[in-house]
Formats: sequence, structure tokens, C-alpha cells
Amino acid sequence: MSIRLITALTAMFPIAAQAQSQFNLTQGVTEISQRVYDLHMTIFYICCVIGVIVFGAMFWSMIRHRKSNGRKPATFHESVKVEILWTIIPFLILIGMAIPATSTLIAMEDSSESDVTVLVTGSQWKWHYKYFDSNVEYFSLLATQRDQIENKLEKGENYLLEVDRPLVIPTDRKVRFLITSDDVIHSWWVPDFAVKKDANPGFINEAWTKVDQPGIYRGQCAELCGKDHGFMPVVVIAKEPAEYDKWLAAQEEIQRKAKEEEQRLLAMSMDMTELMDLGEQVYLGSCAACHQANGEGIPGVFPALKGSPMALNDMEGHIDIVVNGKSGTSMQAFGNQLSLRELAAVITYERNAWGNDTGETVQASDVNAYMNE
Amino acid sequence: MSTVVGEMDQHDDHHHHAPSGVTRWLFTTNHKDIGSMYLWFSFIMFLVGGSMAMVIRAELFQPGLQLVDPHFFNQMTTVHGLIMVFGAVMPAFTGLANWMIPMMIGAPDMALPRMNNWSFWILPFAFAILLASLFMEGGGPAFGWTFYAPLSTTYSSDSTALFVFSVHIMGISSIMGAINVIVTIMNMRAPGMTYMKMPLFVWSWFITAFLLIAVMPVLAGAVTMVLTDKYFGTSFFDAAGGGDPVMFQHIFWFFGHPEVYIMILPSFGIVSAIIPAFARKPLFGYASMVYATAAIAGLSFLVWAHHMFTTGMPVFAELFFMYCTMLISVPTGVKVFNWVATMWRGSITFETPMLFSLAFVILFTIGGFSGLMLAITPVDFQYHDTYFVVAHFHYVLVSGAIFSIMAAAYFWLPKWTGHMYDEGLAKLHFWASLISVNVLFFPMHFAGLAGMPRRIPDYSIQFADINQIVSIGGFAFGLSQLIFLWVVIKCVKGGEKAPAKPWEGAEGLEWTVPSPAPYHTFDTPPDTSKTPPEAQDHG
Ligand code: HEC
Ligand code: HEM
Ligand SMILES: [Cu+2]
Ligand SMILES: [Cu+2]
Repeated sequence: MSIRLITALTAMFPIAAQAQSQFNLTQGVTEISQRVYDLHMTIFYICCVIGVIVFGAMFWSMIRHRKSNGRKPATFHESVKVEILWTIIPFLILIGMAIPATSTLIAMEDSSESDVTVLVTGSQWKWHYKYFDSNVEYFSLLATQRDQIENKLEKGENYLLEVDRPLVIPTDRKVRFLITSDDVIHSWWVPDFAVKKDANPGFINEAWTKVDQPGIYRGQCAELCGKDHGFMPVVVIAKEPAEYDKWLAAQEEIQRKAKEEEQRLLAMSMDMTELMDLGEQVYLGSCAACHQANGEGIPGVFPALKGSPMALNDMEGHIDIVVNGKSGTSMQAFGNQLSLRELAAVITYERNAWGNDTGETVQASDVNAYMNE
Repeated sequence: MSTVVGEMDQHDDHHHHAPSGVTRWLFTTNHKDIGSMYLWFSFIMFLVGGSMAMVIRAELFQPGLQLVDPHFFNQMTTVHGLIMVFGAVMPAFTGLANWMIPMMIGAPDMALPRMNNWSFWILPFAFAILLASLFMEGGGPAFGWTFYAPLSTTYSSDSTALFVFSVHIMGISSIMGAINVIVTIMNMRAPGMTYMKMPLFVWSWFITAFLLIAVMPVLAGAVTMVLTDKYFGTSFFDAAGGGDPVMFQHIFWFFGHPEVYIMILPSFGIVSAIIPAFARKPLFGYASMVYATAAIAGLSFLVWAHHMFTTGMPVFAELFFMYCTMLISVPTGVKVFNWVATMWRGSITFETPMLFSLAFVILFTIGGFSGLMLAITPVDFQYHDTYFVVAHFHYVLVSGAIFSIMAAAYFWLPKWTGHMYDEGLAKLHFWASLISVNVLFFPMHFAGLAGMPRRIPDYSIQFADINQIVSIGGFAFGLSQLIFLWVVIKCVKGGEKAPAKPWEGAEGLEWTVPSPAPYHTFDTPPDTSKTPPEAQDHG
């Protein structure tokens, strides 16, 4: 049984490797990931050889040395020579394995002399990217529609592996990632780079990569981080350096303009329908993971907003908790995640949806005034 | 005076038959009764934890969310892990220790019988508390059996307090059990039974007991710090207060790695008893088996951080833990080679205990291979927290620990019940388990290599086929275990009368007493110095 499994496995792996199929580790797109893949195959083949010898001997004796063959048992039960031999030989094999592993590990941990640095921050359940040496920063959230997850729509090709705004990095340059978290531990993983590093709250980890080929690379959070751990993918786009520079400049411009626009719009107020439409959109994107689409939350974990005294009566408290979050709970500060208009809209939405009919609107200027207090 | 006489009379009584009724079980200090209760308890927990696994596999049968929401899914994985580790595997080993150690060393009972009673009877309460917490508002523990902070502290629901309390009780029970094993082995061996003459099951449990005493208090410390961080304002694991969440992982795995050996060393002892019996040939390299077990136990304190390679340790620490982890496979290899050498040129028959033991050797070795792969730090970065790890530890735990427990049950059932079990049904159980366990866990290697993280309730479509196969294997394995229940009940109720020594090649004092073993055995210790145990007539 197992011999057959092993041989099937050996036969399968080289094919799998060529096809980059769904059965083996990826070779990835960096020098490091290739070395990691080679180590993986080496140790795998070593195990196969040992397996064939050990299981071979076992099956041999299961077939030949059975009582039904009229075998009389031998009586030997000790041999210091053999025992020393099979202690030493595995030991030597391990030394042979440890040498390339050590050099690869040392290369992986050397993040000096990088060209670009990105701060990666995990929080429940999204990633935030901030480029050093430029003013670009943004959140990256799962883009798969709820209806696909709930089996109401057919699942797309990149189901659960797609985000609204991917991280963009240049090819052929050493990119350093500084990785941390705002709440629980997450782990930032892109298999094609052979980079997996935990995001620890209050501490900063380092990792790096140097990608050879432009392309889109997908990964996932790899450390259990609460309810939606399965729904926080990582998507990285690697662009040629020139294109990357263009992209970065454009982003800077867009983000600067957005800030100006925000100031300009402060003076304008939105009517209830506008607020509710935008609010619903924001709510489903940023809040429903915890408070649920129906506003009922998960009792004992995430409070209901439907009928909540705060949403019904306490406007100031409501703005405060959405803008500043509440430390020591998973309620994050959304003040720096959403625009003033979005904040106003989502607060309005929470005060008027699911039968919370306060009829009150909150405007961007109200939120702004509160934040500047 | 008269009371003393009365007590003595009563005591005499015990020699012939067990007291009856519920109180027999509640107040019993008899190692055989307590052993049976441990074994039944662990089997019930195995089924409870198994049903949770069925929920998990049902949800993962297809991509998308169908049956449970992600929060409940996390509770299922967490409680499944906790129950299987602390409720199924560990109590089963303690049950076997209770039944077999006194009989194997020629002692009348465990050394501390009242503590023995207590260490069993607090267990049902521990698990009742854990299971009850699932029904609290906010649900039960949902942070994985590894309960990493701060997910288990700041970000957990209030059932955490119950979780902490129940883990404390489990820990106390294990420590008491371990003390009992050590005291029994050190003080109650029959004359002539020197340490190097003890059966390997006794040796491996002796070493396991020391591991338990060393690390269960560490676990107790970890859960207590989680409790105070969550409720009493300490900041052991909270950077904002000067603590460090990674420190939690160091503490947890300092317990956790020896814990995985606690779950496998007694298995080594079991198959070291069974393989020689059915190969009709003495165990090869007894002394090196003992030394290898001790070496594994010693090294197991030096490898904990191999579970933490991605936490961002300094390179020298990563190298140290990589080397130590690779090293631990040397003594493990020695054991496997010794089992194969024991079979070599034997006269083998394939009764069910032997079948499970052979499957153990092969499948545990496959788990050892993936363990060796995981030890290579640069590659572990890719494997870590994927289904590859899930495949690895299920190979060592299910087709390792659990299979060895099944082997032990079939091996000693005739001694426990006085009846032979139904060999045909037992073989059916074996083949059904063997095939389904591989359908269940082997494809998980591929899912992990291809990039499927563990502990997720939904996955991208490329993993759909693999998960479907795995789930089918899962249901089949779950159902197969009901055959086991059937065989055991049938065997307890009746069956062919078992002789004192039903296995031709078996050795050891337990086979010198009649089957079923009388309520009290070895009230006068057998003298093992004069005659080899198998030549003694003690019925
Ligand atoms: C990661 C989970 C999570 C997300 C996402 C989240 N919240 Fe919360 N929220 C919480 C928790 C937990 C609390 C309870 C905090 C406490 O203990 O007081 C809370 C509390 C609140 C409250 C106060 C409720 C009351 O009655 O006291 C409001 C209002 C609120 N959140 C609004 C929002 C809005 C608006 C969003 C989206 C922009 C959002 N939350 C997103 C977890 C979350
Ligand atoms: C042959 C010797 C073994 C080696 C070299 C080995 C190595 C490893 C390594 C390196 C990991 C960490 C993987 C990761 O998280 O990235 C791991 C995980 C694990 N191992 Fe082993 N192991 C061995 C035997 C065992 C045994 C005997 C058991 C139990 C009976 C066991 C149970 C586990 C468990 C439960 C985990 C998962 C921990 C988690 O939740 O992450 N292992 N092993
Ligand atoms: Cu996560
Ligand atoms: Cu370990």
C-alpha cells in the first residue's frame, strides 16, 4: 500500500514540478524561492530513498519471513556494529542536508542594501501598505463578492485570492518588507517569493525579495487571526522598474488630489439617500465582517448595532468610536482608514438602517469638526 | 480491634470479586477499574472530537461557506484539537498504563490508588466545562489549540476563562497520573525486575511521565498568564504594556514540543511489545531502544522553536533549532530500524494487533519524513501553517499514536475481558481504517505544498478536488471507528474463551495470570530473578 503510494508520489513530483501544478511547492520567481524549491526536492528525494530501503526491508520480511511459509524464527537480538552503523549514516546524511540549508537560510535573512522599503501592517482582516520615501499608503481588502462566498454567484477564477488594491513592487530591485500588526498576529505570505513572516503587534519583522519576472503573485494570511482569517489574501504586482516609478508617481498624485478634494467637499453636504447609499457600501466593505450585514453582530463577540443605544442616542460617542476605535477590543480606529465623507456616510447609515430610524444625518464637516476638536 | 479485623475480611473479599454498582466505579482504587474507565472515557472523547472533525470536513467538502459560519468553524478546529490531544490520546495512554504497568512489573496495584481515582474523576469535569463553553454567548474557544496571544487574550470571548480552568484540571490530572506511574515503577517492581529488564512499554511510560511532570506546569503557567492578561490587567503578552506576544509562543511550545513526544513515546513501547510477539523473535536492540527513547526525550526540550521559524527569530537561533530538530530524527530512526530488524528472519503472523503495529511503523515513518522536511528552516517558511503541517502531525498522531492504541487494545483485550475478539471484524476495522486514513491525510500534503493555509473555513477553487477527496476519506475513517466500538462491545459481552496467553510469541508477566485478569493480581510478587517470566505459572 504505502510502497505504492511512495512510488506514485515519486513519479508524480517531477511532472508536477514542470507543470507548476497544484500538487507541489512552487519554484517561485526569485532566486531564493528557486533555492528553497531545490532544498525541498533534495530532502524529499532523500526521504524517498530511505523510505524505499526501510519499507523494502519490511515488506521483504513480511513476505518471506512469515510463519505460513514454515519459517522458524531466528534468535539474534543485538548487534552493536549494525546499531552504530545506522546511527552514524543518518547522521552523515543530515550533515549533508544541513549545509545547503544553512547557506540558504543565511541568504534569506540578509535584508541589507535594499532599494525599496514597504511597511506591511496586518489588521483584522486586511493588509495596509505604506511606501517609505513617498507619500503613498493604502489598505488592501478582499475583493471577492460576498455572494460568491455564499454560493449565490459562480466563483471566479481568483476566488478568495483577489484584492481591491494590490501591493505593487518593482522587478530586479531588492524590496524590503517591514512587517507588523495593529491587533492580533497575522502572517504575510507570498509562496512565489518564498516569503512568509509573522506580523506581530508591537514588533517589526523584516523580510525581502527580488523578483525576476513581472506578474501578479498571490498569497494568503498564514496565521490564525480570528473569524475571517481565511479571507485576507495578499496580492502583489511586480512591474518593470520604469513602470513602477510611473505608477508610484501617479499614486502620489492621486492621493494628494484626493486630500484636496476632501477639503473641498467639506463645505458640501450630502442628502440622506446619498449618505445611505455610500454608507451601505462602506458598511458592507469595512464593518459587516464583524457587525454583520444585518447589523445584529455576533452576540458575545461583536455587538449589535441594530437597536444599540449608542447608534440610537449617543451621536458624539458614535462618531468617537468609529473614528478612534476602542483600544483593547477589536473595534479599530477608522479615522485613518476611511475618508471624511465615508465616515459620515457609514455613521449615518448605522443610525438609520435596520430600523434604527433616527432620521439624523452626519455630514463630513461634522466628522471633521469632531476630529479637530 | 474488631474494625481492623473487619477491614481485613473485606480486603480478603476483594480477592475474589469486584464490588458492584455505581459506587464500584466512583470509589474504586483498583488499577484495572480505573484503567477501564480511562479507556472508555478516551474512546468517548475520540468520538466527540471526531464528530467535530466531521463538521470541519463537511464544511470543507466544497469551496464557499455552506454549513457553518467562520467563527463556529474556528471553535470546531480548536475544540477538536484540544479534545483529541488532551481527551483522546493522553487518557488512552494513561488507561493503558493503569491496566498494564502493575501487571507488567509484577505489582499488586498502582502505588497511589486514591490519587489514581481522583486523577481520573476530575477529567470528565474538565471536558464537560470545555464542551459547555461552546454554548456560551460568543461561543467557545476559537483561537486554535495553540491559543496564541493576543488572539486568546484581548481578542477572545469570555469562554476563555472556562478554557483556562478546564486546561488546569486536565493538567492536574496528567501530573497526578505521571507521579503515580513514576512512584509505581520505582518502588513496586517484583524482585529481580531490574530497570533493564522492564518491558519497553514500562520504560517508555517511565520516561513519558518525567516529560509530563516537566512540562504540564509550563502549560499551566501559560494559561494562567493568558487569564491574567485578559481579566486582571497584566501585560505578559501585550506590547503596549511592555510584554511580548512571541514570548507566549516560546512558553507554549516549550510545553508543546515535549507534549508531542508524550503522545508518541508510549506508542513506541506498545509496538515494541507487539512486533516481537508476532514475529516470534525477541526485540532487536533492547538497550538501544531504551537509550533512544531517553535521547528523544532529552532532545525534545531543545527543539521547541521549530514551530516558530516565521516569528522572526535571529538567524543563529533558527540554525540552532534546525540542527537540534534534525538531530532528533537520528534516535527516532534507530527505533524504526530496530523494529524492522526484529521482524527480520522472524516467523511472522498477521493478527490484528500486528497489522496495526506494522501500519504504525510505516505511517509513523512517513510522518517522520515530513517532520524532517519541516525541520529544514528555509523550506519550513513555505510549509509552515499550511496543510502540509496538518498532514504531518496527523500521520504521527492518527496513524501513529491512535493506531498504536488500537493495536494495544486488540493485543490486550483477551487479557482484559477473558474473551477473544472477533478477528474477522477486527481485520475489517483495520483495512477500512488503513485505506481511509491515507485517503484522508495523504492528499493534504499536496494541498499544503500547493499553498493551502491551515485553519481556514473556505479556500480558493484550485484546492476543490483535493479537499473533496480528503473529506470523503474523513467520513470513511470516522465511520470505520464504529466497527471498533462494535468489536469491543462484542468482546466484552462474550466470545471464545481466551487462554492465559493467547498469543504464541507474547512475553511478559501479564500473560502469566489467567484471562480475564483477576481483580487483584500479584498480591505476592512473582520472583522474576529465578525463572524467565514466560516460564512462570501463576494462575
Ligand atoms: C474587527 C471587528 C470589527 C470591525 C471590522 C468593526 N467593528 Fe465596530 N466594534 C467591534 C467591537 C468588538 C466592538 C465592541 C467594542 C467594545 O467592547 O465596546 C465594536 C463597537 C462598535 C460600535 C459601538 C457599539 C455600541 O453599541 O457600543 C460602533 C458604533 C461600531 N463598532 C461601528 C463600527 C463601524 C462603523 C465599523 C466599520 C467602519 C466597524 N464598527 C467595524 C468590532 C468591529
Ligand atoms: C520525526 C520526528 C519529528 C520531527 C522532525 C517533527 C518536526 C515538526 C516540525 C518542524 C513542526 C512544525 C511545523 C510548522 O509549524 O511549520 C511540527 C509540527 C507538529 N508536529 Fe512534529 N515532528 C516530529 C514528530 C512528531 C510527533 C511524534 C508528533 C506527535 C505524536 C508530532 C506532532 C506535531 C504537531 C501536533 C505539530 C503541529 C503543531 C502546530 O499546531 O503547528 N510531531 N513537527
Ligand atoms: Cu490570518
Ligand atoms: Cu515540535
